[in-house]
Amino acid sequence: MTYRNPPTTPRKSATFDDYTLSEIRRAAATGIYDIRGAGAKRKLPHFDDLLFLGASISRYPLEGYRERCDTSVVLGSRHAKKPIELKIPITVAGMSFGSLSGPAKEALGRGATLSGTSTTTGDGGMTEEERGHSKQLVYQYLPSRYGMNLRDLRRADAIEIVIGQGAKPGGGGMLLGQKISDRVAEMRTLPKGIDQRSASRHPDWTGPDDLEIKILELREITDWEKPIYVKVGGARPYYDTALAVKAGADVVVVDGMQGGTAATQEVFIENVGQPTLACIRPAVQALQDLGMHRKVQLIISGGIRNGADVAKALALGVDAVSIGTAALVALGDNDPRWEAEYNELGTTAGAYDDWHEGRDPAGITTQDPELMKRVDPIAAGRRLANYLKVMTLEAQTIARACGKNSLHNLEPEDLVALTIEAAAMAGVPLAGTNWIPGKNGF
Amino acid sequence: MPASKLSKAAASDHASRVFDLDQSSLRELNQALHNLTPGSNETAWEVLNPKGNHSVAVGVDQPVSIDVRGSVGYYCGGMNSGSTITVHGSAGPGVGENMMSGSITIKGDASQYAGATGKGGLLVIEGNASSRCGISMKGIDIVVHGNIGHMSAFMAQSGNLVVLGDAGDALGDSIYEARLFVRGKVESLGADCIAKEMRPEHLELLKGLLDRAGVTGVKPAEFKRYGSARTLYNFNIDNADAY
Repeated sequence: MTYRNPPTTPRKSATFDDYTLSEIRRAAATGIYDIRGAGAKRKLPHFDDLLFLGASISRYPLEGYRERCDTSVVLGSRHAKKPIELKIPITVAGMSFGSLSGPAKEALGRGATLSGTSTTTGDGGMTEEERGHSKQLVYQYLPSRYGMNLRDLRRADAIEIVIGQGAKPGGGGMLLGQKISDRVAEMRTLPKGIDQRSASRHPDWTGPDDLEIKILELREITDWEKPIYVKVGGARPYYDTALAVKAGADVVVVDGMQGGTAATQEVFIENVGQPTLACIRPAVQALQDLGMHRKVQLIISGGIRNGADVAKALALGVDAVSIGTAALVALGDNDPRWEAEYNELGTTAGAYDDWHEGRDPAGITTQDPELMKRVDPIAAGRRLANYLKVMTLEAQTIARACGKNSLHNLEPEDLVALTIEAAAMAGVPLAGTNWIPGKNGF
Repeated sequence: MPASKLSKAAASDHASRVFDLDQSSLRELNQALHNLTPGSNETAWEVLNPKGNHSVAVGVDQPVSIDVRGSVGYYCGGMNSGSTITVHGSAGPGVGENMMSGSITIKGDASQYAGATGKGGLLVIEGNASSRCGISMKGIDIVVHGNIGHMSAFMAQSGNLVVLGDAGDALGDSIYEARLFVRGKVESLGADCIAKEMRPEHLELLKGLLDRAGVTGVKPAEFKRYGSARTLYNFNIDNADAY
């Protein structure tokens, strides 16, 4: 009689999971790292790891739908003669024309304007679609300086000096040749069809002291009217915020590692920078240490999805949030209606991120004239406005339950954390305890 | 020295404005320049005592002439659009950054990143320029009578850089379509930058640039032309060693 040991169930490695194995095979076959858009997809400590403490006896709530909860915010009141006044503390982040289609940019402008908030240009310069439909438009001053010109600088409502992005702090960009239409080529002063590199650093300054002088130059050029934002990738938020303030920024924008990008290396997106949640408290602390909290406004971005995220970010001390990926989804990006076409591209709705290839079935991250017709700027703008409205209502609902008549009155005391990691990053107690890990410093 | 003795502007037929930065602020100067409207009679400006001030005459967008009597700090003439600026001294970093059109002449030397990201117009440096001259240039023409430092014309997209003297290390690294003309020695060329044949159209182009920059006694044939080998225009893993 032959005895056979019972077989064990095959077990795949947690380290070499299916995705990792596929990446190794892909790298071995192609000899090139994967490039993609969007932000970090790995699971990170995030706003989901925080909970609000609604009011009971020790706090007194406000009546939902009856008592006012203010949502407005003023950005850039430190130096600018004409600060930006937003009706809601949610702005639309910079996304470039070139990466996005013209109709998509127009839709962002329409949606933001309907909602009383601002949009932001991107690496490709300012388009008429966006300027014409954005009541308030932030003009990004990027290392590439593609399309940068005096006229557009003065047509902007604010200027955002982009030093880094959350998806790739320290990294430059690459718009592959296949997305370079005649119009994109002209705006960027480069021949059609060649890869267009966006530098990782500003060519005409080399450090924080130069930044201060650069800000002075931009203020002089625009007669001190427009707020100057400084945007950094969330890597060293305490020091970068402090240096931006020292250099004279009116507004500091910190973009956490869930922040999206048009295209960069997958390994970069997933392995460089800090989670958005981890960036907020150090940035707020820097402002507080300098006596500039609420005087220099702080915008946080990177993976904001709903009103709870907004309320949590505000409670931790930011003045406004910015959305990019979520705005694209609101317009129709990754919509299941295009599932068959996503399948043809080897992916599925919800996972499509090869934005740099210019074949976006939703017509949003493309320069293909046929595909971009799929974006109706009016309808898509309305969808974005609806989404922004919902986020605002959600945040207000939570704030009222915490007894606040303004979203900006939310505070860390309103929060607890579900995990030790989130408690440490957010500087709030672990739920059910009074323990704030790492309270004594960053 | 009294302003009247220095001033070409004051002697001209046009209405002139003299700004003494010992008496007025930089803000007042720039605001006055920005307040100019098309057809303004105030076509000649003179700036006294700049004393290394940053951002002198930035963002001017009218066709006026501005004579700056002395040396300036960072970003003089930044984003200039149509004006003719002459600095009778030396310029700090970033002179003429992102210039759109018009011209800027530096009678002395220029520091780092002269003409950075410039879209158009002419920048003339009669002395030497430091490192990163013409970095990321996008259509500007730059003529340097002396030498330029390292990493000049890095990622230069279009326009022309003419150097009568020598160039430092890594000239034209990652260059796109800009043309570089160097009369002297080049310390080293950057990635994808190569020496190129000087054809008749280039000699003609160079002659025009030298004329516009007021260079005399120098022949276009004395220069070598450098530009992109275009091997890195589309990413290819086989070129990874070049990055």
